[in-house]
Amino acid sequence: MKDGVNGVALAVFIIFFLAVTVMGFYAARWRKADNALHLDEWGLGGRSFGSWVTWFLLGGDLYTAYTFVAVPAAVYAAGAAGFFAVPYTILVYPLIFTFLPRLWSVSHKHGYVTTSDFVRGRFGSKSLSLAVAITGILATMPYIALQLVGIQAVLDVMGVGGGASGNWFVKDLPLLIAFGVLAAYTYSSGLRAPALIAFVKDTLIYIVIAVAIIYIPYKLGGFDDIFAKAGDAYAQVNPATGKPRGALAPGEGAQWAYGTLAMGSALALFMYPHSVTAVLSGRSRNVIRRNTTVLPLYSLMLGLLAMLGFMALASGVGKGVTGFNGQLAIPQLFENMFPSWFAGVAFAAIGIGALVPAAIMSIAAANLFTRNIYKDFLKPDATPEQETKVSKGVSLLVKVGALVFVLTMDKTVAINFQLLGGIWILQTFPALVGGLFTRWFHRWALLAGWAVGMAYGTWTAYGVASPAQKHFGGSSDTIPVIGQIGYIGLTAFLLNAAVAVALTFALRALKAPEGLDETAPADYTADADDADDVGDTDVKPSDPVPVA
Amino acid sequence: MSDSPGTDGRLPVVTPTRVIAGVCLFIPFVAMLWVGSYSKLTPEFIGIPFFYWYQMLWVFLSSALTFTAYVLIRREERARKGEQA
Repeated sequence: MKDGVNGVALAVFIIFFLAVTVMGFYAARWRKADNALHLDEWGLGGRSFGSWVTWFLLGGDLYTAYTFVAVPAAVYAAGAAGFFAVPYTILVYPLIFTFLPRLWSVSHKHGYVTTSDFVRGRFGSKSLSLAVAITGILATMPYIALQLVGIQAVLDVMGVGGGASGNWFVKDLPLLIAFGVLAAYTYSSGLRAPALIAFVKDTLIYIVIAVAIIYIPYKLGGFDDIFAKAGDAYAQVNPATGKPRGALAPGEGAQWAYGTLAMGSALALFMYPHSVTAVLSGRSRNVIRRNTTVLPLYSLMLGLLAMLGFMALASGVGKGVTGFNGQLAIPQLFENMFPSWFAGVAFAAIGIGALVPAAIMSIAAANLFTRNIYKDFLKPDATPEQETKVSKGVSLLVKVGALVFVLTMDKTVAINFQLLGGIWILQTFPALVGGLFTRWFHRWALLAGWAVGMAYGTWTAYGVASPAQKHFGGSSDTIPVIGQIGYIGLTAFLLNAAVAVALTFALRALKAPEGLDETAPADYTADADDADDVGDTDVKPSDPVPVA
Repeated sequence: MSDSPGTDGRLPVVTPTRVIAGVCLFIPFVAMLWVGSYSKLTPEFIGIPFFYWYQMLWVFLSSALTFTAYVLIRREERARKGEQA
């Protein structure tokens, strides 16, 4: 880390930050609705977003600051293993193509705001819906906390806050300001704020990546040199484990882990409440489908970003620094390589990249609490106005919680919980996706499967040791029966599904009460029949292929 | 639409179009989960090892396949709607 504050970079960063703050507050007036007090307005942007806005919103939501920092950091640390994020985000889209349009339709028809709303309506089970809601909230919290870690990394490298400055208040003040502002405009503008800011965020990110991927290899002597140097670095044996640091391609033993991580993560991504919130804000069924064909542009960006990990390694970032924090590798690479003003743009991209998902995540968690805990259990006769009020309040609470988490606990705690969160959220898959296609599963069987998956996943992850930590040292462990190392979340998911199937047979044989299904088969293919939707669905097949 | 209507005058649940769309959506899974097929360093592309550029190439391939499925499904959904009307 260079000494002192990088003044120019900081100034550029602050200018962008102020600009998005203004946008965030202005967003409340963007596409203003008649009934601003309804939860659909604050929490789902009035369910009115077309393909473009949804694309930016989903992109802004899924590809977070933490992703930008962590994926290249993983590549920087271990090479090929960190690149699993690319096949993961490739597989997500064909996967969601099959079930998200159904979720959108049934939610549109019945006014569902969260996945738990759907599960309750489909299976007539408040306990199953509660399980899904709690899992969602638990999995989202550490995710929000990690967005803060992303901002912290940027601030650290700019020489503001963090680091070694003694006074805790001075140290954390920039982060507190950033989050205070975020909390304020999320509170006032709801989902419209991140939707509007997402445009800025993604434009910045794309510019930074395009420049980085051309300019840095040029400065470092081309990809040949970069990979040659990186290969040498990975080959060095780590004295703590007696194994090489990493590899440029996964060896025989690491391929299962690579594939299962990609698959498990792809299954989990759209179980996260914030992804679903962005999906439900779309105005028609085809907005969702069309987005699955253009969202992979972000996967390409992610792949290019991951390459920055090699560049950081080849350029000698962190070399010879004991205990170098890998999370800082990319911001540090930017600072070393770019002129100050452009480093400022890059940092702004990461910083704003943290604000957008943090806002959506807190809204999603707040919606879950309001709809599936507050309304279902505490105040069944809550009016939409009351729901909105509670949701707004909870969104603040969730953010404060994440802030306290990051400021008081070690960063590894947040990362551990994030890892667990991925395993947990995957356990809601059978109830949600199973429910979208069939009513065959029994609600109690799904609940039991969820419990088994949660318990197995948590317990197994707890037992994974790494050189650095005794527990939660990684997300992969030996898969029973197969004997290969694989992603714990996927194993837990298979166990979960097996329990759900077996118990459904048993419960059906026993004629256990099935609960009321308030949905009808036609609801799953329903589309918005509003007049303004015609233009939206009426795209001719001859339109250019969006990505290539 | 070349699909023959089912006995009740509606399109059946499984149609050739849906099968083709399903295959389009399934191919990326085979390609990406078969890690052994691309876990190697050569041939390189502008100095980037095979492992990396091949997976990035699949971003485009899978996107094109998903788009194909999208066009097929949407066309058939319209046909279904037309029947109900």
